[in-house]
Amino acid sequence: MSSEPIETKEDLSGWTVLAPRGGLLDFRLAELWRYRDLILRFFRRDIVASYTQTVLGPFWFVIPQVFTTIMFTVVFGKIGKIGTDGMPSMLFYMLGITAWNYFASCLSRCATTFSGNSGIFGKVYFPRLVMPCSTILANMMTFAIQFGLFLVFFAFYWWHGAAVHPNWRVVILPILLLQMGALGLGIGCIVSALTTRYRDLALGITFGTQLWMYASCVVYPLSQIPKEWRLLFILNPMVPIIESFRFAFLGGGIVEIWHLAVSAVLSAILLFAGLIMFSRAEKTFMDTV
Amino acid sequence: MSTVIRVEHVGKRYRLGTINRRMLYEDLQRRWAKLWGKEDPFAEVDARKATRADEHKEIWALKDVNLEIKEGDVVGIIGRNGSGKSTLLKILSRITAPTEGRALIRGRVASLLEVGTGFHAELTGRDNVYMNATILGMTKQEIDRKFDEIVDFSGVEKFIDTPVKRYSSGMMVRLAFAVAAHLEPEILIIDEVLAVGDSAFQQKCLGRMNTVAREGRTILFVSHQAAAVENLCQRGVVLENGTVKFTGTQTDAISYYVASFNKQPGCLRDRSDRRGNGEIKVVAIEYRDLDGRPLSAVHAGQDIDVYLFFENHRPAASRPTLYISIFVKSDLDVPIFTHTNLITGELFPAELPESGAFVCRLLKVPLPESTFRLGYEIGSSTTGGVIIDALDSAVELRLEGGDFFGSGQLPSIHNGVALVAGGWSVQPDIAPEATLPTAAGAVALR
Repeated sequence: MSSEPIETKEDLSGWTVLAPRGGLLDFRLAELWRYRDLILRFFRRDIVASYTQTVLGPFWFVIPQVFTTIMFTVVFGKIGKIGTDGMPSMLFYMLGITAWNYFASCLSRCATTFSGNSGIFGKVYFPRLVMPCSTILANMMTFAIQFGLFLVFFAFYWWHGAAVHPNWRVVILPILLLQMGALGLGIGCIVSALTTRYRDLALGITFGTQLWMYASCVVYPLSQIPKEWRLLFILNPMVPIIESFRFAFLGGGIVEIWHLAVSAVLSAILLFAGLIMFSRAEKTFMDTV
Repeated sequence: MSTVIRVEHVGKRYRLGTINRRMLYEDLQRRWAKLWGKEDPFAEVDARKATRADEHKEIWALKDVNLEIKEGDVVGIIGRNGSGKSTLLKILSRITAPTEGRALIRGRVASLLEVGTGFHAELTGRDNVYMNATILGMTKQEIDRKFDEIVDFSGVEKFIDTPVKRYSSGMMVRLAFAVAAHLEPEILIIDEVLAVGDSAFQQKCLGRMNTVAREGRTILFVSHQAAAVENLCQRGVVLENGTVKFTGTQTDAISYYVASFNKQPGCLRDRSDRRGNGEIKVVAIEYRDLDGRPLSAVHAGQDIDVYLFFENHRPAASRPTLYISIFVKSDLDVPIFTHTNLITGELFPAELPESGAFVCRLLKVPLPESTFRLGYEIGSSTTGGVIIDALDSAVELRLEGGDFFGSGQLPSIHNGVALVAGGWSVQPDIAPEATLPTAAGAVALR
């Protein structure tokens, strides 16, 4: 393969250059912005297409959440007798599941960007990042609905005088929501870029996400972990996020500023790495699928 | 006119075999070993080398392609299957990147490699128009502005708010094409998608493309049908084996392309471009008159036999029903007629001899003077239509002279690719009884 000719003096403004590979950090975000209409279109298509002609329609947004919550409350709360730091166990699990579901579906849907869209990618060009971005929007909407349901339950418990302590820290939740999206996008991009070469990763992702859930304080609070192991859990970026959600609404759990800082830095690194790998893979992945 | 597309030394390499299905752990182990300066644990030992080398075969679909296309050019890219034209199309439409070299494009590009990309059965016609047009690069305002025109063009106004899964396939194609026809990019790249819909609709589309071309937009049209290129384009580029063999006016490009077709290697037995599993192989083709004398050229209106000499290598166990067809195309690749034993109802015995000839009798060959191409296809019709041996363009069929109408005169090939027996008379005092539908208006193409 011949090396790229080095031509720095040539004026290429106004030209689109189609070359073997672009710059390492050339994510072409401006181009992505120009395609924002398309992001919204795909978002709309996802929503409409997935729930028309199902018997229960929009209820599918909340059915998995409600039933998993009941299941967890029974299995881990009543049978397993795992403590919840005095927080009402139904709300404890529901909040964890809601946050985790959002992250997990961002991750798994971003991870199949290339394999799931090869048909359309093979026929027309648009920035490939459009797909994961619209996916995250769709997931945000699902989250909003599930979160709304959580608020209903929350209000009910509060009304009946349960031990819940909502506080001003709820203001950082939108930021955490974005961070989870970014983390899901980052890891999803890494996986989708790798699956263009290594098929076996696609098989591992569903299973891996499930294992990760059990390592992410969804079914137990961080306080249940012995002190000497906690540092390891802090290195899981999802732990401080889920703990923060609970702290803000229910007033329990262990969150320190530096936990959140570590989580934010890790998320940023993963997002960055994901974008680099994605933009390298998107140029030639059509030759390998 | 300024240049809008510049292709510089573009090459594209594809790897054949299993290289892209490696396991992750294998790669990691390899990296790890390299990091510690150890030997590659997967380095090929001699015994494995042979099979490995096979898997790592590479082909260059394009090699050192250089092109310059000016603003407002309507360029046809022609080449046989496998000449690299689809790869070039994919690179220019940014679906894949070149392996070496680069291409520069100035202006908004829309590429039509299929119609209806992104259509979703559950969405309404309206939603799909917006979806498809957005994918093809139109902004919401542009679509809003053109929406009525698009729907009008498609002719499915009544069903525009119905999910497209309730559409007939024809309606779906019309709607999709209507969107495509209303794109207004500076550069339009089109694959052979014109071959959809009924002929009236095709006319409409060709007319529309012609309008677009006259508005000074640059169009790249990729086809292996010389006739389509001749109608639509002003300039032509001929690709062969991944390199540009000719650039010039469309007429010159087509004659180059046609000539390259006729330069096929002489011996049919050695042709490597055949398709099929090879259990039966046609090794020679001859035209003979009904007395069995071989002919080098055929007269219009002559009765002939086409002999396809074959060798039969089929294992004794598999003797499915055979179909065999010959087809004749004009030098511009327009199909003219075909003869298939299943359609004429003549089945062959299950046991074929080891060698022999299939003979197809053609009565009163209805072709004007020209050089045609004859192709054939042999397959088995019972096991899901497996092709055994086929060549799209096997031998020439040269037509010279003849007395088709009994008048000693023949029309030229430019007036029609086929002749029909019959004649003229005048009848007095007669009135029409049935009205025929009027034909769709012809579109001036040049």
